[in-house]
Amino acid sequence: MTLQTPAPTALSIRNAMLEMGDGDSKVIALDNVNLEVAAGEFLAIVGPSGSGKSSLLAVAGALSAPDSGSVSVNGQELAGLSQGKLAAFRLANIGFVFQSGNLIPALSAADQLRLVNKLSGGPRSFDPLPLLESVGMAHRASNRPGQLSGGERQRVGIARALVSGAKLLLVDEPTASLDRARSHEVVELLARESREHGVATIMVTHDHEVLGACDRVLEMVDGKLSAPVSVA
Amino acid sequence: MFLALRELRFARGRFTLMGGVIALIAVLMVMLSGLSSGLVNDGVSGLKSMPATAFAFDEGTKTDNAFSRSVIDDQQLAEWRTIDGVAAAEKMGVSMANTTAEDGTQLDVTLFGVEPGTFLDPAISSGAGLGAIDGIVVSPTMKAEGVELGTVVTLDRIDTKLTVIGFTENQATFGHVDVAYLPLHTWQLIASGQALPGAPTEAQLSALDFSTASVVAVQANDGVKLDLAAADAIAGTSSQLLKAAFNASPGYEAETMTLSMIQMFLYAICALVVGAFFTVWTIQRKHEIAVLRAMGASAGYLLRDGLAQAAIVLIGFTAVGLAAGLGLGAIMPDAMPFALEAAPIATATALTIILGLMGAAIAVIRISKIDPLNALGGQR
Repeated sequence: MTLQTPAPTALSIRNAMLEMGDGDSKVIALDNVNLEVAAGEFLAIVGPSGSGKSSLLAVAGALSAPDSGSVSVNGQELAGLSQGKLAAFRLANIGFVFQSGNLIPALSAADQLRLVNKLSGGPRSFDPLPLLESVGMAHRASNRPGQLSGGERQRVGIARALVSGAKLLLVDEPTASLDRARSHEVVELLARESREHGVATIMVTHDHEVLGACDRVLEMVDGKLSAPVSVA
Repeated sequence: MFLALRELRFARGRFTLMGGVIALIAVLMVMLSGLSSGLVNDGVSGLKSMPATAFAFDEGTKTDNAFSRSVIDDQQLAEWRTIDGVAAAEKMGVSMANTTAEDGTQLDVTLFGVEPGTFLDPAISSGAGLGAIDGIVVSPTMKAEGVELGTVVTLDRIDTKLTVIGFTENQATFGHVDVAYLPLHTWQLIASGQALPGAPTEAQLSALDFSTASVVAVQANDGVKLDLAAADAIAGTSSQLLKAAFNASPGYEAETMTLSMIQMFLYAICALVVGAFFTVWTIQRKHEIAVLRAMGASAGYLLRDGLAQAAIVLIGFTAVGLAAGLGLGAIMPDAMPFALEAAPIATATALTIILGLMGAAIAVIRISKIDPLNALGGQR
């Protein structure tokens, strides 16, 4: 590899192939996918349902391995790592933001962050407030997910994904259950956080309205990742 | 336990419901074990307190009710005394009797005829020891029926009169009937059917030609393990160690087996209730566990957390049930044979917790099978 960009590569996927199911229901989820994402870059991937967007997130997030091809995150080749090693790697290097936040119902906003800090062996003196402040949720620190609105849950989810200092953020349909105003707020927050923390962010979405905040947009159809489409 | 504790607080309603069931099971366990100990005391405390190692019955005696059915003679006793390792062997007479006190109170007793001064002679808490030919030493539990020192009881039908001269040190009951110890000779007079109305006299005893008794009580030398089978072959008896001989007392086996069966069921119910609860609880948390695993939480951490949660709930609510059970036990009516003993209650409590944990473990193990990929995509 040559130094093409000043920013280091956070994610590199080369010639990834992935088939799902078997027999008649066999689907090519990833068809020779190549992808490089630089630190600080905010990439959106759009495409119809079943086009392989979630499979791409799973492969990039070290949740499933491609049938062939290679994946490396922060320069670490993922092939050959055990399940336990992969879990530890995810904890330290990859942040996930799931649909509608997917927060733990029993935990307050602050405790959501504390749990990740505990899991990743972070400092005992960890204070979740500055991170909650940066997503505008400090005033809701002691509220449980049941007491938060959809947009608030996504903000807490974003803060949670940043706790361990991950340099790759994978975001799955963050605006699926939000109205337009909230959707824009959440996506703009993602754009700002990835710029400020130098985090490479990959957002999978159906929502073409929010692509304006992204640095780059790719389209996925039938497992193929295609050249950028025009940004709305 | 970061997550476990917060979940307990969050879902306290659900956990309290299940904990209530555990607490009730623990209450029932205490009750049953108290009843069990009480029945055992009622059934065989007369035997339990004896310093005997084994009892020898006449060969071929049916085991249930063997004590009052068996008949042994001097020959069998003499053979037992020659057996290696036997420190002492004494004849003992056992029979049931219906008696009436002077004030008309009807008293059922088990007559234990023993030779005064031997190892079978019971320790007393008040009054005098065995000796007087018409004197009986009875269980202190008879005080509840108005029996005191000097009370004269009359054996129904034969009208033989016996006087209470002492109380034994500990509760002594046999087959749910209080024990009255009396000198072996007097017992033989009554058992022979030759007793006359009124108090037994020396003249009657010396005229009696009746030397049999019910069983041979055997005391082994310290640390010696008797070869009962070999001794039986020589003496023409069938003998059982003290504990095993409990089964030869009326109703003992039936009662203890019924109660232990109920306890077994309770253990199984406890394991199933806890297992079912944590199965549903784990399924409810399936998506959140997938999220945690996707974020990188190890299956080991989540398993430990889940088990710790189950342990907290089990120990906490079993303790509540235990306290409630002990409180209830203290106000049990006297008529109910009930005795709270530490060892059986501790065993029951420990088993409740351990079996509950096993039930929980089988449920919680599902955590390790949840695929982190479930975290991607919509909520379900």
